[in-house]
Amino acid sequence: MPKTLAEKVYDAHVVRSAAGEPDLLFIDLHLVHEVTSPQAFDGLRAAGRTVRRPDLTMATEDHNVPTLDILAPIADPVSRAQVEALRRNTAEFGIRLAPMGDRDQGIVHVIGPQLGLTQPGMTIVCGDSHTSTHGAFGALAFGIGTSEVEHVLATQTLPQYRPKQMAVTVDGELPPGVSAKDIILAVIAEIGTGGGQGHVIEYRGSAIEKLSMEARMTICNMSIEAGAKAGLIAPDQTTFDFLQGRPHAPQGADWDAAVEYWKTLRTDEGAVFDREVRIDASTLTPFVTWGTNPGQGLPISGSVPDPAQFADENDRRDVEAALAYMGLTAGTPLREIKVDTVFLGSCTNGRIEDLRVAAELLRGKTIDPATRMLVVPGSVAVKAQAEEEGLDQVFVAAGAEWRGAGCSMCLGMNPDQLKPGERSASTSNRNFQGRQGKGGRTHLVSPAVAAATALTGTLTAPADLENAGV
Amino acid sequence: MDAFTTHTGTAAPLRRTNVDTDQIIPAEYLKRITRTGFEDGLFVAWRTNEPDFVLNKPEYAGASVLVAGPDFGTGSSREHAVWALLDGGFRVVISSRFADIFRNNSTKAGLLTVLLPQADVEALWTAVEADPTTEVTVDLQAKEVRYAGVTVPFDIDDYTRWRLLEGLDDVGLTERHLADIDAYEAARQPWLPKALPVLPA
Ligand code: SF4
Repeated sequence: MPKTLAEKVYDAHVVRSAAGEPDLLFIDLHLVHEVTSPQAFDGLRAAGRTVRRPDLTMATEDHNVPTLDILAPIADPVSRAQVEALRRNTAEFGIRLAPMGDRDQGIVHVIGPQLGLTQPGMTIVCGDSHTSTHGAFGALAFGIGTSEVEHVLATQTLPQYRPKQMAVTVDGELPPGVSAKDIILAVIAEIGTGGGQGHVIEYRGSAIEKLSMEARMTICNMSIEAGAKAGLIAPDQTTFDFLQGRPHAPQGADWDAAVEYWKTLRTDEGAVFDREVRIDASTLTPFVTWGTNPGQGLPISGSVPDPAQFADENDRRDVEAALAYMGLTAGTPLREIKVDTVFLGSCTNGRIEDLRVAAELLRGKTIDPATRMLVVPGSVAVKAQAEEEGLDQVFVAAGAEWRGAGCSMCLGMNPDQLKPGERSASTSNRNFQGRQGKGGRTHLVSPAVAAATALTGTLTAPADLENAGV
Repeated sequence: MDAFTTHTGTAAPLRRTNVDTDQIIPAEYLKRITRTGFEDGLFVAWRTNEPDFVLNKPEYAGASVLVAGPDFGTGSSREHAVWALLDGGFRVVISSRFADIFRNNSTKAGLLTVLLPQADVEALWTAVEADPTTEVTVDLQAKEVRYAGVTVPFDIDDYTRWRLLEGLDDVGLTERHLADIDAYEAARQPWLPKALPVLPA
């Protein structure tokens, strides 16, 4: 029977299947960070269990880490205790850790691909919903809760039910200034935050095939924002070129054997998807969110919607609540929304390509004096690469702050937070109430829109800059 | 995990859609390394900023069944959201749509998530708003929600139901199949990556 890519990867990992029970899936790579793991390690200890495969497990410090003075002890005692717990746990159970200051440290979803630990056809899990990022390589990668983290630590497997299959096909040529972030925001606005529930989404089509690995990661990253279990993209030459030579990628004859297998990881002709969505890339424009979930987005040329236009009572109440929280009035053109802060970073858009796009727009210019811009590379390696290319100088000369690597203002577990009522244009993935700091208001944008917005102080597309005289 | 067979209590109507786990418990509470004691973070922003938020109303203070709008538990994978609901006294959440990871987490920690059609959720909202003392029984044996003379059946897969009824821990169940795991491991491709040892950049 013809199979989808996701079905092939799933089937190749079934350790055991029995009628009336979930399948037991083998997990090839388990990524760990400080926030969702301490209770799992405690559980292991309480039951006298060990970690079955420390060699298939990798830990990093990312959510709590300060992006200034990273070698000083963390000032917040609660954050510090959590990071110290991870250090103790990884030492006790023999797990590799990339701590602050390590050359491999960074956001968990940035370092896996960077080290070559993320490869096509693998199953990858992490106690973090944006594990879907790794699907960009044709891996089946999904987020799990702490009980499941404990389960994977103990057994290197997970009980799973076969997910449903969904195809999102993006064909056509992306207009200039429109990026992967705009594609995925448009997809989520189209299918809604629950649209992908129970499904794995395969992104396909000519526009997807043309994307770089960084851009593919941006798209797969936000699959969870459409409610999907995972998102993936068939591996191709772009994938192989990205991986070749990375520290943990296969070498020599192993490389050839691996590539031969990876080339089979494509959805078969005639495979059936439970749901299909088509997007014409040539019609897309820069997309921004106006509300408090990632499905509440519009092309930047649009205006804040009027709750009265929503027929469903629940939707109307939702929009009213979102506008009240966001401090927005129906009918306001999105381009007139003034921001206080621009955040460039996160596992969605904190990779080198994202920094390059933003730096190009900022080169030789200065940002709006009333706007603060934080540039937070996704990993120590991204930071080093950017510095080698002189991008840090461009950001600093433009008036932005160049920071150390971590999750930072994506969720504000470290000191990088919005103050109540402050408004950000953020390249991260969630505009939930209070996500970036209590009372903070978030507009999700692409790196290009983030940079253009920093220059003008209001939500701006790169194409608007000339008219705006910057 | 505590077994779940049947539960009777009063219910709080949470008429909101898309309740993400950042609202159920914000990130600052996730710095703790314990598995309990999260009740102070449960819906804390709404409890602080909205005097008429449903859980601020004395008539719903003792509720143990949360009746929520569609797409409950979206966003972050934090199991802390489930722990916070349990710590806050809830044993059951009813909604017409749950985010997958939240639902999965709930079954691991002994919080029952019951999927009902939106029309049944609306009827339940109306009933508990009209009379907050309405007793709601959620019967996992019979797969039924019962209140004020109304009986609504619900679906749950047999395996999850059995695990919840018995209060079984997944790791223990999987450990019965160690031989299968050994066999699978022995057949894995040799070129698959290992995180150890640390290799030069
Ligand atoms: S950058 Fe944001 S979304 Fe990504 S792992 Fe960190 S907190 Fe989660």
